[in-house]
Amino acid sequence: MDFATALQILDSTVRLSTPLLLACLAGLFSERAGIFDIGLEGKMLMAAFFSAAVAFVTGSVWLGMLAGIASSMALSALHGLASITFRGNQLISGVAINFLAAGLTVLIAQDWFSQGGRTPSLIGQARFEPLTLPLADTLQTVPILGPLYHELISGHTLPVYFAFLCVPATWWILYRTRFGLRLRAVGENPAAVDTAGISVIGLRYAAVAICGLLCGIAGAYLATALQAGFIKDMTAGRGYIALAALIFAKWRPWYALMSCLLFGFLQAVALRYQNIDLGPVTLPVQFMDALPYILTVVILAGFVGRAIPPRAGGEPYVKER
Amino acid sequence: MTIMKTILGAAASVALASGAALADPALIFDLGGKFDKSFNEAAFNGAQRWAEETGGSFNEIELQSEAQREQALRRFAEAGFNPVITMGFAMADPLSTVAPDYPDTKFAVVDVTWLDVPNVRQIGFAEHEGSYLVGMLAAMASETGTVGFVGGMDVPLIRHFGCGYAQGAKAVNPDINIVANMTGTTPAAWNDPVKGSELTKAQISQGADVVYAAAGGTGVGVLQTAADEGILSIGVDSNQNHLHPGKVLTSMLKRVDVAVYEAMKAGEDLETGVFTLGLAENGVGYALDENNASLITDEMKAAVDDARQKIIDGEINVVSYYENDSCPALTF
Repeated sequence: MDFATALQILDSTVRLSTPLLLACLAGLFSERAGIFDIGLEGKMLMAAFFSAAVAFVTGSVWLGMLAGIASSMALSALHGLASITFRGNQLISGVAINFLAAGLTVLIAQDWFSQGGRTPSLIGQARFEPLTLPLADTLQTVPILGPLYHELISGHTLPVYFAFLCVPATWWILYRTRFGLRLRAVGENPAAVDTAGISVIGLRYAAVAICGLLCGIAGAYLATALQAGFIKDMTAGRGYIALAALIFAKWRPWYALMSCLLFGFLQAVALRYQNIDLGPVTLPVQFMDALPYILTVVILAGFVGRAIPPRAGGEPYVKER
Repeated sequence: MTIMKTILGAAASVALASGAALADPALIFDLGGKFDKSFNEAAFNGAQRWAEETGGSFNEIELQSEAQREQALRRFAEAGFNPVITMGFAMADPLSTVAPDYPDTKFAVVDVTWLDVPNVRQIGFAEHEGSYLVGMLAAMASETGTVGFVGGMDVPLIRHFGCGYAQGAKAVNPDINIVANMTGTTPAAWNDPVKGSELTKAQISQGADVVYAAAGGTGVGVLQTAADEGILSIGVDSNQNHLHPGKVLTSMLKRVDVAVYEAMKAGEDLETGVFTLGLAENGVGYALDENNASLITDEMKAAVDDARQKIIDGEINVVSYYENDSCPALTF
C-alpha cells in the first residue's frame, strides 16, 4: 500500500466516522444521564430528511440544518416524554422512534415531492461545500506533511470539523462543568441529585435535547454534505453502529472518538479492499462489515476490560414519597 | 333463516363471479421501492402505461421486509387478482411455495427463470448483453484506461451485470483495468448512497473515470459523486441520463416496463413459461437521448450498434455469469 492510497483510506475514514461520532456523542449525553437511546438511527433519519427537504425548498443549507435539528429534537422530546415524564420503557420508546422515522420520512417525502420517498437533488447553496483550509494549496508541495494536510485535514465540509471539535467540548462539559457533574450523577444516582435539590427531570430533558441536537447535525451531514438529497433509509444502520461504538468506548468522549475512527476505518478499508489477502487466509468483505459488532461483543464479554453502563441507565426516576 | 342464508349465499357467489370476471392485475414491488429511479420504477411505468391506455386499474404493494413476500402474494391471489406480477429474484422461493396453491391464478416474475411451476410466467433479461454494450462505451470514453463497476447487493444477478460490462470493456481495450466493488451483502446495500459515494471515490482514486452503477438506490450516490468529481457514470435499468445531464455517459436499459406492460395487457390469458428478453427482443439496450448526445460520438455509436447486431446474429458470444458461476473477464 503506497502513501497516496493510505491517505485516501484515511480521508474516507474521516468522512465515514463523522456521522458515527456525532451520533455516538449524542448517545453519550443521553445515556450518561440515564436515558438509553436506541432511537439514534431514527433521529438521524428524520433530520436527514428534513434538512434535505428544507434545503431544497429554501435553497439554503443552513435553514435545512436548522430544520433537521428541530425535527430530531422533536423526536427527542417525544422520547423524553415517554421515558422521563411517563416513565415508559426507554428501549421500546427508542424502537418506536426508529419505526416512526422510517415510515414518516418516506410518507412526507412522497407527499411533498412525489419522487417516491426521496427529495430532489440539492445543488449550489443547498449543500455543504468542502472547505479548503488556509495554506492548504501552498503547502501541498511539502513532502509527507503537505499532502497529509491538504488531503486529510483540509477539504472536508463544515460538520466534519464541528464533529471533531465536539469531542473536547463534550469532555469539558461532562468533566469540568457543574452541569456535567450533575448530568453524570443523574445517570448514576438520581436520588442523590434529587436530595441536593436539583431537578432530575430537568437534567434528563436537557441531556435528551443535546442528544437531539447532535443527531440532527449528523442527519444533516448525511443528506446535505455527504449526499445531495435524502433517500429512504439512508442512515443504513449507522445509528446502531454508533451505539456499538458507544459501548466500545465505555461511555467516554475520547474513547468515543477512537472507537468511531476505528469503525470508520474498518468501513473505509472494507470499501477499498473487498477481500483482504493476508497470505494464507483471505478475509472476506463480510467479515470486515461485521467486525464492529464482533468487537463490541468481545468488549461486552469482558475480554478487553469491562464496559459498565451508567448505573441508573434505563430506569425511570421515581421520587420516594 | 334458511332463506336469508340462500340470499346471502347467492349474493356472495354473484360478488365472487363478478370479481373473477373483472380481475385486475396486481404488482408487487421489491424492497428497493416503487420510485427507485431504476428497476421497480420501470415496472411502475409499464403498469402506468397499461392503465392509461386501457383505462384499467391495478393494485400494488411496496414490500417493506422479507417476511411480507409470501403474505403479499397470498393476499393478492386470495383477493382474486390476476395476473399477480412480482419483481426481483428474491420472489423465487415465495412463488414456488405460493403459486401451486392457486392454480387458477397466473403469476409473473421478473428476474427469475429457474422455477418449475406451471402457472408462472418467468421473465429473464439478458443483462450481460446490454452491459456488454455499455462496457464498450465506457472503455471508449475512458481516457485513463480504468473503468469502475459498483454493484448493489452481492448476488449472482449483479455479478451477471458486471461480467457483461467487463467483457464489453475488454472487447474495446484488452488491457483495460476494471475495478469492481459490491456495496454489501444484505438488502440494505440497495439503499446506501453514502457507501455508493465512498466506493466511487475509492474507484476514482484508483484511476477510474467511468463508473457503472448496478445498485438500485445506492446508484444515486454513485452518479452524484461521479458528477461532483467530474467523471462519467453509467445508469442502470431505467434511463437515468437526465439525473445529471452531460455527466451520465449512458444507461443500461432493461425494459422491465415493457415486460410488465405486456403481462398486464395479456391479463388472464398470460402465457406462462420462461421468457428471456435480450438485445434481439429489445429487452435490453443502451440509452441515447438529448442529455448524453454530446458524450456519445458517431464512432462510438457505430461501434456499439455493430456489436449489437453481431450479438444478435451470434457472431459475438457474451458469456453469461450463470453458465458456470464465474466470469472470464473479471474476478469478484
